[in-house]
This record gives sequence, C-alpha cells and structure tokens, in this order.
Amino acid sequence: MYFDKFNALKNEKLQIMDNTGKILKPELMPKISDEDILTAYKLMCLSRRQDDFQNKVQRQGRMLSFLSSTGQEAAEVAYAMQIIKGKDWFSPAYRNNAAWLTAGIPMRNIMLYWCGNEMGAKTPEGINVLPVNIPIATQYSHATGLAFAEKYNKTGGVVLTTTGDGGSSEGEFYEAMNFAKLHEVPAIFIVENNQFAISTPRKKATKAINFAVKGIAVGMRNILVDGNDFFAVYGAVQEAIALARKGEGPSLIECETYRIGPHSSADDPKVYRDEDNHQEQIKNDPLIRLKAYLIAKKKWSEQEQTKLDAEQDQFIKDEFAWVEANNNVDLKDIFAYTYEEMPNFLAKQYEEAKAFFEAYPSKGGHH
Amino acid sequence: MAVLNNIQALTHALDLAMEKHQNVIVYGEDAGYEGGVFRATVGLQQKYGEERCFDAPIAEATLVGTAVGMAINGLKPVVEIQFEGFSYPIIQQLFTHVARMRNRSRGRFTCPMVIRMPMGGGIRALEHHSEAMEAMFAHNPGLKVVIPSTPFDTKGLLLAAVESPDPVLFLEPTKIYRAFKQDIPDEYYTLPIGEGYKVQEGTDVTIVTYGAQVGDCEKAIEHLKGEGKNISVDLIDLRTIQPWDREMVIESVKKTGRLIVVHEAVRSFSVAAEVIATVNEKSFEYLKAPCARVTGYDIIVPFDRGEHFHQPSVQKIVVKIKEVLDYQF
Repeated sequence: MYFDKFNALKNEKLQIMDNTGKILKPELMPKISDEDILTAYKLMCLSRRQDDFQNKVQRQGRMLSFLSSTGQEAAEVAYAMQIIKGKDWFSPAYRNNAAWLTAGIPMRNIMLYWCGNEMGAKTPEGINVLPVNIPIATQYSHATGLAFAEKYNKTGGVVLTTTGDGGSSEGEFYEAMNFAKLHEVPAIFIVENNQFAISTPRKKATKAINFAVKGIAVGMRNILVDGNDFFAVYGAVQEAIALARKGEGPSLIECETYRIGPHSSADDPKVYRDEDNHQEQIKNDPLIRLKAYLIAKKKWSEQEQTKLDAEQDQFIKDEFAWVEANNNVDLKDIFAYTYEEMPNFLAKQYEEAKAFFEAYPSKGGHH
Repeated sequence: MAVLNNIQALTHALDLAMEKHQNVIVYGEDAGYEGGVFRATVGLQQKYGEERCFDAPIAEATLVGTAVGMAINGLKPVVEIQFEGFSYPIIQQLFTHVARMRNRSRGRFTCPMVIRMPMGGGIRALEHHSEAMEAMFAHNPGLKVVIPSTPFDTKGLLLAAVESPDPVLFLEPTKIYRAFKQDIPDEYYTLPIGEGYKVQEGTDVTIVTYGAQVGDCEKAIEHLKGEGKNISVDLIDLRTIQPWDREMVIESVKKTGRLIVVHEAVRSFSVAAEVIATVNEKSFEYLKAPCARVTGYDIIVPFDRGEHFHQPSVQKIVVKIKEVLDYQF
C-alpha cells in the first residue's frame, strides 16, 4: 500500500497528517483504533516529560549523561507499539526512550541504566528488547541474527531495529541489511533521521538524496516517511511487519524527524545548529500535531491534558525516587555475570576484592 | 577409531555437533558449498542443507553481529573467519557485545557461540595470514579462548566449545592442520575448557606451551636427549588460554623450580607475560632461575622469507632450556 506508492529515489515522502494535525490524505490512514491513538499520544507525552525531568536531575548531578528522544516520539511510539510482547523483538539504539517505554521497559529500568547501574539493562522476562546499544549500527546485525533465528525456528516473530542518520554511515548498517535481504529474514530496519550525528549535520554525512535509498543497494524495499507524522510511521511499519510475517523479507524505513534537544545531556546544540532552522523545525513537533488531531476529533481536551501532565509528573517522580533508593551494586554482581559459572581464577579475584572491601569499606558511587 | 588429521577431526566434530544439536548453524566466507578455505566444513552443506551451513557475504563484523542475534534467540552459531589476521573487523562486535551481553543484561540475554579461525604462521602465507593474537582476545573478560594442538583435542575441545554457555574463540594453528594424524574415537566426547594437558612428566624444568609449539617443544626435548643430555621436562600443553590452568602450572613449577613459556605470539603483554607474572605471585620462593620465554619478537609478522627468524624454532627452545638449566644465582 505505502511501499509501492512512494519512490525514495524521487525523494517522495509519505505524509498523512500535516503539522497542524489535519489529515491530508484520508485514503492513506492506517488501521488503528482511536483508543490506540490516545494510548500512543499519552506515551509520547510521558517520554517527553521524562526527558524534561531527567534533564533537570542530570544538571543536579543525580543522573549520568543520557540521550533524550525529544522530538522523535511519534516515530518511536508508532513503531514500538506494534511489537507483540514476548513474540517480536526490538534491537534498539541508545536514543530510544519513547520506544522502550512503549515496548514495556519499566521507566525505573531506563533511569537506573542512565544512573550507571546494569540492573537497569536487565529486561524483564516476557519482553524481547535488547539492552541499550552504545556502539553505532551494531544493533542492525543483532536484528538480522534475531530475525534469522525467527525464520529458522518458524516462530513467527518479527524484529525491529533502529539507528540514527549517523549510524547509516557505518559499514555494519549496510552489511547487516545485505545479510538480512539475502536470507529474507523478518526484520524491519528503521532510520530515525533526526538531522544530526552528535554535531555533524545530515548534509555532511552523506550525499544520498535520503536514507531510504540506502536500501536499494541491497535490493531491499524501502520508504521515506515523515517521522513526525504518527500516522505515516505507523502505516509504513504496519505494512512492513505484515510483509515480514508473510515471509516477504525485510524493509527499510526512514523516519525523517528532528532532534529537538542535544545529542546527550553533555553537549550544547546551540554551538552547531542554525537557530532559524531550529525554529522552523520545532513547528513540526510531533506532540503538538497529534494533540491537535485528537482535540479536533474531540478525543482530547486541555483539561484532560492538565490532568495527565500532573499524573505523569507524579509517576516520573515516584519512579526516580525508587531508583535513588535502589541504586546499589553488590560487589559480587560485578563479577557474577562475566561467565555462566565463575571460573576458579575469577572466584579467587572476587575473594580478594571481598577481603579488601571488608577491610577498607567502599562508600559506593564515585569516590 | 579413525586416523584423522586436525582438519579432518574438525570436520568430524562439526558433523557430530550438527547431528546432535539441531540449533547449530555453521557459516562463514566460503564455508558452505566449498567447505571453507581449509575445507574444515566440507560436506556439511550437502548433509545438513543450506539453511544450516552456508556461505556468508564477506563482512566479518556482521558475521559475528548476526551470531549475537542468533545466539540470543536460541541458535548456536559456529562462525568461521578465514584467518585470524582478518578478525579485526569483528572486534567491535566481539568486545562490545559478545563478551559483555551476559553482564550488561545481568544474565537475561547471553550469546554463546563459537568463532573459529586459523591462527599462526609457518604456512608460507601472505600478509595478514599468520597472526597469533590470542592474548588480545584473552584480555577481554567474558570470552573463552581455546587453542588445540592435536586431532584428539581438536575434536573434544570443539564439541566442548559448542556446548559452552559462554562464547568461545576457537583458534586453530594452521601449521598443524595437516601435519600429522592421530587415532581418535568415533563417538561424541568433550574435553574440559580450562584444563591443561601434561604431555610428559619431568622434574628439571617446566615448559608451558600450546598449539603448534607443542610439537616444537617435543622435538627440542628429543634433540637434547640426542645430545646425550639427561634432562627431565614437565611439558604442559595449556589447550585453553582463557581460562588457563594456573593450578597445573604452579604445581609443576613448585616441583621443577624452573619455567619456560613458549609461543609464537609476540612477547610483550603476551600469554607468556601472564603465566610468568602468575608464577612469580604464587611460587616465587620455589624458583631456581628467572622465568624465561621463547616467543615471537615484538614486530610485525615477517613475510615468508623472513618468517623463520620470528618463529620459535626447535633450536631456540633448545638453547633456552640449556640457559635456564645452567643458570646460577
């Protein structure tokens, strides 16, 4: 439905809703219930508020650097809400807050991770989401392998993975898609093109007309979509998943979006971004668009928004309070997961460390 | 029993592994139809089909990266890298994901896999075909590193690697792929990863080695006997570089009071350095001579015409044994 209609080589972009929330192409609206749209919108709001909160506590020194999804929530929620829990897989990048929440990762896990504790990366049972992927584009290979196993075992799951526009410059971006297409595995490769790789603008990263065309070299179906348009992303992903489940192999979807915030809480985008362009871009904020859509449809109101904001703020505060109260690491934990069974030599090192810290107790955290 | 060389033992072990474990997937560059550059996987595609044994595109990083996904999702990938000297593109996946996934996810996701590659020199090969980088791999916590020296060990250790819940780098000394044959049992058996093997018992000096140099050390000992020297050597084949058999080595040095470590890998930050440091920590007071090593020099592996200077030859080992035995404090 979508993949056939939009030619990335001609830079044709799937857009269904404009930036005022008006549906431009009703005939292209994906199948999704009003209830699901509302759920998606609330998740987008939750992720945005979490980012805002984390920015504050990070500045207070209560959290390490983290990567915010601000500006990219529509894309992340739209694809992640189509992952069937316990059946499908998600092989994420490092900037996926909205997707993690949507896929069912508890907020406290995410916060714990950014507070420097591996327990945050322990995905709860029943959720097939790999941990944060700090290297770039290596998660594409993992997705290909996960999908290979789905096909081999005939378990019917699909695998979603995502990287930034910068990630598409890495060799593994291409290598993994090539392997995936050769084996026609059920994987969906997403590029969240947020216009920057840290400070390198998209124009200095590639001369390609867009990122979707990068799928053409490996023979992969591909499409460019407006990544701030919840319905466009939802529709393209819905079609890609359906094709993958039917055994029709992988797809590449570029979601053209915009990173409203910094790369990480450690950098200042004002140094490298053009302020006029920034002001233009933030008019496309995906939250504003979907909210306007919902209000126009009488599915949402400012009163409900005020109530939701307060509820979400309280929830976020509570989650972080839990994290601050539970952010401990046991000495044994840093040894225990190196191998399935602790080898003798490592057990001796653990005993050595234990004796040392019993004699000279460590206060924990940075000293 | 069958009389097999190292390559045949490998093929035999992979065959048994694929027969016993339906989740074993064998792939690599040319590993399918042709059976790999050294024919280690020959016949497996014909027997088990293209789904389980296939040629992969020349993209080493993704060979290992896909193995991460496969292993997390229940398969047991056995990946072939054509030569250790071509393993550098896999290092990011290996060090940032393969070695760490269990720890990162606190045990929720693990990626047990076997990565096989020919290693070492002495085969008159081109550049990048003769590297011995075991120390680099062993330096990364979370990986196991195995280097067999005989067909019997090759089979037993490869099957152990396939059964291992941890990722295993299986480094195969190219020089001895076809150098000799050995009677090995037909049935499925495993050898423990982490245990050394006492090739011969002795009381005067401990020699610790592995891979292709096990044979060189045996020849050196024979040579000394030929010279009429009555030297009694405790010869240890480590078989596993990480974890390595500290107990066997320490116990031996306590008996002999002398230690020589032999390997072809370059000297600095090497397995020899690690073994000697450990012996110093655990059995310093037993030493009758400084611990010694016969290794490659800290240089780029020379091309064929210069390689003989670099390899730890029988003669180099003979000279070092004499030096250590003659040492006077």
